Amino acid sequence: MWEQIRSNQIRSTVLVIAMAGLLLLLGYFLGELFLGSPVGGLIVALVIWGFMTLVAYFQGDSILLAVSGARRIGPEDHPRLYNVVEEMKIASGLEYMPAIYIIDDPALNAFATGRDPKRASVAITSGLLEKLNRDELQGVIGHEMAHIKNRDVLLMTMCGVLLGTIVILAYYASRILLFSGAGRRSSGRGGGGALPLIIIALVLMILAPIAAQLIYYAISRKREYLADASSALYTRYPEGLASALEKIGGSTVQLKTANKALAPMYIANPFRTGARALSEWTSTHPPLAERIRILRSMGGASYADYNAAFARTHKGGRSVIPASALAGTGAVGLRSPSPETMGEPSRLERHREVSDLLWKQSNYRTIECECGTRLRVPPGIKHSTVRCPHCGRNHSV
Amino acid sequence: MIIGIVVGVIVFLLILGFILTYNGLVRLRNQMRNAWSQIDVQLKRRHDLIPNLVETVKGYAAHERQTLEAVTAARNAAVGAIGKGVGAQAKAEGELTGALSRLLAVAERYPDLKANQNFLALQEELTSTENKVAFARQYYNDATLHYNNKTQMFPSNIIAGMFGFRQGEFFEIEAPAEREAPKVKFV
Repeated sequence: MWEQIRSNQIRSTVLVIAMAGLLLLLGYFLGELFLGSPVGGLIVALVIWGFMTLVAYFQGDSILLAVSGARRIGPEDHPRLYNVVEEMKIASGLEYMPAIYIIDDPALNAFATGRDPKRASVAITSGLLEKLNRDELQGVIGHEMAHIKNRDVLLMTMCGVLLGTIVILAYYASRILLFSGAGRRSSGRGGGGALPLIIIALVLMILAPIAAQLIYYAISRKREYLADASSALYTRYPEGLASALEKIGGSTVQLKTANKALAPMYIANPFRTGARALSEWTSTHPPLAERIRILRSMGGASYADYNAAFARTHKGGRSVIPASALAGTGAVGLRSPSPETMGEPSRLERHREVSDLLWKQSNYRTIECECGTRLRVPPGIKHSTVRCPHCGRNHSV
Repeated sequence: MIIGIVVGVIVFLLILGFILTYNGLVRLRNQMRNAWSQIDVQLKRRHDLIPNLVETVKGYAAHERQTLEAVTAARNAAVGAIGKGVGAQAKAEGELTGALSRLLAVAERYPDLKANQNFLALQEELTSTENKVAFARQYYNDATLHYNNKTQMFPSNIIAGMFGFRQGEFFEIEAPAEREAPKVKFV
């Protein structure tokens, strides 16, 4: 069951091939329409696709982290987060420790990135970090580690690139058709044979982006279920993730830096709008309530237990876990929650921890005054001493 | 001629199957060994943390000698059990876990100790190391189960027998509730 989940890739691969086919079909007909040669259209489509793939493959994670304003932290910056990531690294059997990033944002979210486990990163918002207790944090990090272990990041990046290429092609083709398409048509091929061609191209231009989007959503949702199941298996405590998802669902703060292309990387859809429930077909994530219900009705921590819980929640009883992961596994028991007394910081202490970390990340220095006040000194201060506002003691900077 | 080709194909397939099975066994055995080294790393880390913890607690709760000595003794026993086989090591580590949780329970009664930054940091490290041991054990046992299944099942069991792929031993520590053995009396 610790094998990389390959057979599930089959279904995902079929969907990716469908998307690639869609792209080629679009390129073919647009080439026929605009360039007079379908091969030319295919080449244009492939070049755009190839270029975007290269960028996404080699620079995708750095771009994503830079765009979301994530900052890297080390073991001493937030020992608990670092330890929890290391725990999940061990539980998932990953060989490499991912880089850990924190995003200064009150919204509750987290994501994983990196094209392979060797150069993977997990990022978490400061809001989520201070809201979650240890067990919940473990569940969330377990979910992100599962994305890394199951190679979802690479899969979803490649899907995202395909989708992006289709959208770009269709968009520019429709512009060209609107403004200059008529001229080319009359001077170029013309005649009765062109009309069905235009209709096919038009239909493709409108439908291809929509179809690609739906495929993309379908793949993404599937990977989310699998990551939830893996998180439960790693932690042996599905309640941790369930309760974390509950907290995430209860928050109405939207992520400031969310990006549509990156939505599937997050633990919860960053574009969730409080009241309006998005239709199941047009979402990168399954509804939170459903994910929580499945996790809470698990009788054990194995993939088989998750699958059974999923079947109970969905009357149809279709399976979300690949057969290869279900085969040859014994029963996996659940563990009890971590004892609250064992060094578990309170909500307030967690808030302090995170805000200290963020100040430090902004190069503020902290001076502990004897009266118990904590002074924060901004970087590049001009004075040589600062005065404590409570007791009036002077501290040298 | 045709018979020759058929025989050739069968021999080729047999050799191919042999190579694949053999390599599969090696891969699983390596996975199990890597998992074991992961447990080893975490256990060592735990052993290294304990003297520090004992010193810190001593500063605040010196008269909890019994508990402190029990932890030190259990730690030394666990260090001594290294290399004496999975079963012996698991037993010693289980006792150490029990002694440690008693020490941390005792620490709950000392507010000054609980407020000590050094103690808090140690406690976090220790809690996490306990978790890491548990997760590493979980992964090791799964890897061992996988490998053992392969060595027992036909036809890979033939190759496993021929090349001496021995079964892996599970690393079992009883649940904490069952572990609450009668307290050891010192002095």
